[in-house]
This record gives sequence, structure tokens and C-alpha cells, in this order.
Amino acid sequence: MATAPPLPINVELPALEETPPRQLGRWRRLPLKAKAGVVLLGFFVLVAIIGPLVAPYDPGFQNPSPALSMAAPSAAHLLGTTQSGQDVLSQLLSGIRLTLELALLVGVIAGALSVIVGVASAFLGGVWDELLSLLTNVFLVIPALPLLIVLLGYLPHTGQTATILVLALLGWPWGARVIRAQTLSIRNRDFIAASRESGERGWRIIAFEIVPNEVSLIAANFVNTVLYAIGASVALAFIGVTNLSSWSLGTMLYWAQSQQALQFGAWWWFVPPGLAVALMGTSLVLLNTGIDELGNPRLRDANQRARINGRRLLPTDPTPVLSATLPAGRQSPVMAFMRSFSRSAYVSDRAQRLSAPKPSEGQR
Amino acid sequence: MPFILRRLGFYVVAAWVALTVNFFLPRWVPGNAVEAIMSKFPSLQPAAYHALEAMLGVGNGGSIWHQYGSYLVDVLHLNFGISSSEYPAHVSTLLAQTIPWTLVLVGTATVIAFFLGTLLGILAGWRHGGWLERLLPGLMFLQAIPYFFLALLLLYLLAVNVHIFPMGQGYAGGLIPGWNWSFISSAFFHSLLPAFTIVITSVAGWMLQMRNVMITTIGEDYVLAAQAKGLRNRRVIFSYAARNALLPQLQGFGLALGFVVSGAIVMEIVFSYPGIGLLLLNSVTSDDYPLTQAIFLVITFAVLIANLIVDLVIVAVDPRVRTREAA
Repeated sequence: MATAPPLPINVELPALEETPPRQLGRWRRLPLKAKAGVVLLGFFVLVAIIGPLVAPYDPGFQNPSPALSMAAPSAAHLLGTTQSGQDVLSQLLSGIRLTLELALLVGVIAGALSVIVGVASAFLGGVWDELLSLLTNVFLVIPALPLLIVLLGYLPHTGQTATILVLALLGWPWGARVIRAQTLSIRNRDFIAASRESGERGWRIIAFEIVPNEVSLIAANFVNTVLYAIGASVALAFIGVTNLSSWSLGTMLYWAQSQQALQFGAWWWFVPPGLAVALMGTSLVLLNTGIDELGNPRLRDANQRARINGRRLLPTDPTPVLSATLPAGRQSPVMAFMRSFSRSAYVSDRAQRLSAPKPSEGQR
Repeated sequence: MPFILRRLGFYVVAAWVALTVNFFLPRWVPGNAVEAIMSKFPSLQPAAYHALEAMLGVGNGGSIWHQYGSYLVDVLHLNFGISSSEYPAHVSTLLAQTIPWTLVLVGTATVIAFFLGTLLGILAGWRHGGWLERLLPGLMFLQAIPYFFLALLLLYLLAVNVHIFPMGQGYAGGLIPGWNWSFISSAFFHSLLPAFTIVITSVAGWMLQMRNVMITTIGEDYVLAAQAKGLRNRRVIFSYAARNALLPQLQGFGLALGFVVSGAIVMEIVFSYPGIGLLLLNSVTSDDYPLTQAIFLVITFAVLIANLIVDLVIVAVDPRVRTREAA
């Protein structure tokens, strides 16, 4: 029986490395797409908050000077002017605020609706489930944009509120369906049964057991709804079915189109609002893809993983063996030099010599 | 087959809801078609009110339930009444004039976008991490662009700056629609830019969805088994992985096909394309209730029918739907 070396006593432990704050670590682990989305969206939120405060002019102010009718960008008007001498930059700044405000409100209302309907439908079950599912599916197949146009066309132009309510009324069913499916799978788990057995009331189970387990789904749904609201509200404003006296990105495009900015070549009038909408939308799509990737590791960027020894492996290829895994095909010369001293390089070189891959593969 | 019967029942309910909403909506909101006309022509005497009512077929007496019944009967006979904005024309004639334009243009563009996007998605999903995936952020940008803005940009670049393409309309002015070469070539030429816009903005969505499903499918054991049997890659991709990954995609295709009739409303407005979207906007802005109602119905029914067809296709290609019902 071999005697173990005596345990050292009273040895000073090496100081523990200070762990980085949890929040920072989480941020670092976010997929790149999500980061880009957050930064881009944050930029627009910032613009929406401080934009109208720093806007150089009143967006509605019409400068009567004929030189300022559809003037190209200049130092005084960084993005040029409209036909009636309004400053495009000021309109853009307040337009971003209005559009984002509307979209977020729609996202909150429609998101709440879809949580209520989805959770209630799955939790209550039975006839309620049938009824609410039917309602959801009917709303899902009824084409939203034409109905929006018809509804807002019928309603007298009462401004933002009508648009927000109608958009929210038609924006919830997709989320409700997804949340219902998720709730169905959660409600049969043990912890729900446990809280039911311990006599929790239904609403408490919903609010403290079910909904917290669906936060990521609800967040993704919210992002989707905001995306829909931006697209739909801008499209509606663009065709003139909204309150045209306010300055949103859609109404800017409407005026640019109806006052023939296109024909006069006034690109500074319609490109900025369109680009703003596109970038806002991109940030949301990126954010959503990022959330998806966070939840489903398979979707993550496979750049590092799939490229092994300079060779791209198909996902269905057999697990790469030693010869294929160890040598790093793509490295800076400096790193390769440093690495040539390490033990792993020795092992891999030997393995490579043993298995003798095709010469072309090692070179890449 | 119970699955199909259940779906049929659902579509009947959905159609009924659409009809009912369509009937009650104009009656709930303040004002009506007759008042709209009266306010447009102040010279009309109050006595003309009833004449207008009779002409437009609204308020033809009786309780609201009676009106509802006769409305349903009218719709069944495709009798949508008379348009008030283009007065003597029947609504159904106006619809017959505009629907083919939309159907051909948007239908073709949607099908092209679907097949192109799905194919790209299959390849991107298979070569996970390949060069196609590097394009994804750019494609997301294209997807997030409002398509009417892209249309404006293309018009500005290709029609205003460089006079390659026409500014809009369905065909060159002065031509009479008919089956002759000059008209058809002109119509084709005028449809290129709108179709391109639709394809470019929607291809990314198809690709992204297909890629995601494809990546998940590739992880399945049966794909590994097929690979292990030594089947050719092409066969594994298309007959094993893509075939199953395509099922969720088909559902989306059904919705998209339904939206063919409605989805490009805004695009048609940018290009002043003589389709149903432009007609809808014109009818809404001129308070032409009979026309608006009819267009909305047509669009809704197109969506329902397209979904029904896709359901049938899914039953045909996905044995799981059949067996689940049988069990």
C-alpha cells in the first residue's frame, strides 16, 4: 500500500482571482448578432429620447424662402429641406421618436394580450381552450394590412390612439399561439402539479410559476410585435391612412412621395426616413436572431467550430479524430511559431505523420 | 378524414367571421356611404337621400338582421352592389379588372421568392457556417427594409436618374389591353421592377426560416443514418433533411400565397400598378363602402382558400398528420 504524501498544512492558498461581475459575463456571452442589435436599437432609443430636444428647427416650420424649397443638404440644413422649406433632419428626429413610441406601445399592448389569451387558453383548457384557439386562429388568417386600411379608413382621423389600438388589436394572435403551446408543455410539469397540490390559487400559479418560465418567449414575441408595428404603421402612414399632421417616419415618406421628391431627385427627403426604418427593423431582427441563438445553440455561428484544420466539416461528418483536430490550420505566423514549442504541437505533428492526410489538406 | 374536416369547419367559421365583421363594420362607425356622397355633392337635395340609398342598396328597410340575411345571400351570388366612386360600374366588374394584374405579378414574385429563398436556406443550413451565412446580416437588412422604400429607391435610381425602367403603371400609355405582343411585352417590362422589389425583400425571410429548421433537422438521427449508409450528399440533403424541414415552410407559404392578393398593396401604390391594392386605397379614400367591403372579402377569401390548399398538401406529404388523427 503506497503511502500518500502528507497533506501540506498551513500553506497559504493562492489568492482567488476576482470573478468579473455577473452582468458583464452575461453580456460577453451574448451572440454577436444580439450585441449588434442591442447597440443599434439603443442608438435609436437614444435618438428618440434626446433627438427632438437637439433638433435644430421645429419640424413643422415652413421656411418661405424660395431658395430653401427642396434644397440639397448644407451646413444650415444637414439633411436638406422639403418642398415647403421644412428641415428634414428635425423631421427625422421627431419622426424616430413618434414611430418608436407608437411601436413600443403597440408591442406592450399586443404582447400583454397575447400572454393573457395564450396562457388562459392553455391553463383553463376545455371549452375555453377551444374558443380562444379558434379566436386566435381566426385573427391569424384574417389579412391584417387590408383590415387595418379598412378600419382606419372608416374611423375618423383621431390620430395616434386609433392607430395604436387597431394595430395592437390585430397584432396579438401569433404570439398567443406560441405562448399557448409553451404553456401547454409547462403546465404538466411537476412543479406546477406541486404548487397546485399545495393549494395555490390559479392566478398565483400563472403569475409566479408559469409566466416567469416564459420570459424569453415573451421577450422574443415582444420584439416581433414591435417589428410588425413599425412596418405596419409606416406603411399605413405612407399611403396616407393616418393622422398626417404629426411627424412620423411614415408621414415623412408620404409627403415626400406625394410632393414628388422622387421626380425632382430630392433623395435627401425620402432616403433618411426609409433608412431609419430599415435600420430600426434590422436591429430588431438581429436582436430576435440573437435571442433565438441564445435559446438554441445549434443555430449559433459555427465559424470556429465547423472549421477544423482549415477544412469545413459537414455537420453530419463523423467526429473528427486526432489528426484532424489538433493542428490549427489558420493561425497568424507568430502564433504558429509560439505554438510550435508547446506539447500539443508535438502530439499533433506526430499524429499527422502517422495518419498521413492528403498533402493538400495540411497546407490550407 | 377528420383533420381535413376540422380544418374545413375552421375555415367556414373564419369566413363567417369575416363576412360578419364586414357587414357590421360600416354600420358601427359614424357616417355611411350615402352621407359620404351627400357631403361630396352639396347641391343634392335632401330628397335624394332615399334615391341614393336605393341605388347603393344600403338601408333597404327591415331590421338589421333582415339586412344581414339579404347581405349574405347577395355575397353568395357574388352580387356586391354598385360602386359609388365609379358610379355606374358594378363592384364585381371592377374586381375582375384588377385582380388578374395583382395575381400574376405578386403571385409570380412570391413563388420565385419562395423557391429561391428555400433553396438558399437549404444550402445555408447544410453548410452551416459557410459563406452563405456570412450574407445573413445583409439579408436581414434587406428583410427589414420596408419594401415600398426599396421600391422608391429603385424607382429613383433606375427610372428617374437612369431612364431604364418606367415610372409605374401596368403598361405604357396608349396601349389597349389585349392579347397582342406590344401590350404583353409592355406589361412584362412594367412588372419587372415591382416583381424584383418583392423578391428581394421577401427572399431573406424564407431563407432565414428554412436555414433554422434545416440546422435543427440535420441534427436528427435519420440524417446521420442516411449519411452512414453512404448515400450521396445530394440525396441526403434533399430527400432526407430538406424534405422534413420543408413542412413548417409550407405553412408559411400558404399564408404568403393568401397574402398575394393583399400583401403588395403598398407596392402597387408606389408603382401605381393597376391591381387590387390601388383599388382598395382609392375606394377607402373616396368612402366607397361597397367596393371596400367587396375587396376586403375577396382578400380574406383568397387567404382562406390558399390555406385550405396548403392543408391538403400537408396531409398529402406529411404522413404524421394522417396517422396522428387515426390514432
